[in-house]
Amino acid sequence: MGKVSRRRFIMSAAGGLALLRPALRGSAEASPESAAAALKAIRGEAPIREGKVTLDIPPIAENGNSVPLTVSVESPMSTAEHVRSIHVLTEENPLPNVAHFTLGPRAGKAQVSTRIRLAKSQKVIAVAALSDGSFWSGSAEVVITLAACVEE
Amino acid sequence: MAKALIRMPTEAKRGEVVEVKTLISHPMETGYRRDSMGQPIPRHIINRFVCTYNGQEVFRAEFFPAIAANPFLSFFTVATETGEVVMQWTDDQGTTQTETVRITVT
Repeated sequence: MGKVSRRRFIMSAAGGLALLRPALRGSAEASPESAAAALKAIRGEAPIREGKVTLDIPPIAENGNSVPLTVSVESPMSTAEHVRSIHVLTEENPLPNVAHFTLGPRAGKAQVSTRIRLAKSQKVIAVAALSDGSFWSGSAEVVITLAACVEE
Repeated sequence: MAKALIRMPTEAKRGEVVEVKTLISHPMETGYRRDSMGQPIPRHIINRFVCTYNGQEVFRAEFFPAIAANPFLSFFTVATETGEVVMQWTDDQGTTQTETVRITVT
C-alpha cells in the first residue's frame, strides 16, 4: 500500500510537472514548431518551395535590437505575374511573426527593407506568396552578439 | 506619434520604379519587458503601415513586436501619374500619423 501510494505520488508529481512545464516556459517562447504553425497560417495547405526569395541580413549582428534586413523576390511584378505578399518569420523569437508585407503589381519591384529584433542567434525565414498561388521561401542564419532585451 | 522622415523622389518619369524610404520615431514596446517594479510593460507598437498613391493602395505592412524601435521601412512603387503618395502609420493605441508627398510624373 505504502509503495503504491509512493508510486502514485511520483506519477502525479511527474504529471503535475508536465502540466506546469508549458506554463513555466510561457507563451513568450517561440520554437521552430511555432514558426511552422505561423507558416501554416500563411500558406494553408499549399507547398512552399525554396528559392526566388533572397534575404540580405548580416551573418553576424552586434546588436539584436536592430538588425537591418532586406528581402527581395525574383518577380517581373507585372499584372499577370507578381508577388502578393512577403512574410518574415523567426524560429526563436517570442513571437514567430516579424512582419507581413502586402504588395502588388504597383510595387514595381518586390523588395522591402526594415530593421528587426532578434532575441538570440537564429534562422530568419522569408516567405513570398506569388500571384499564381505558389509560395517560395528563403532563409538566413544570423549570429547575435548582444540579444534584444526580451526579459528586462 | 512624433516625427516621420520620408525620402522619395518628388519627380519621376512615367513608369519609373521609385524607392520610398520611411523612418518614424516610436518606442515599439514589445510587451515582453518588465519595468523596475517587475510589472510587465504593456505592448505598444505600430502595427500597421499603409501607403496609397492617388487613393489606390500600393503597399501595406503589418508589424509585430520584432520590428526594431523607430521603425525603418523601405519599399518600391511605380510612378504612374502626378499625384499624392500618402503614408499612414497606426499604433496599438489607435494613434495615426499621416504624411503626404507630392510626386510629379513627366
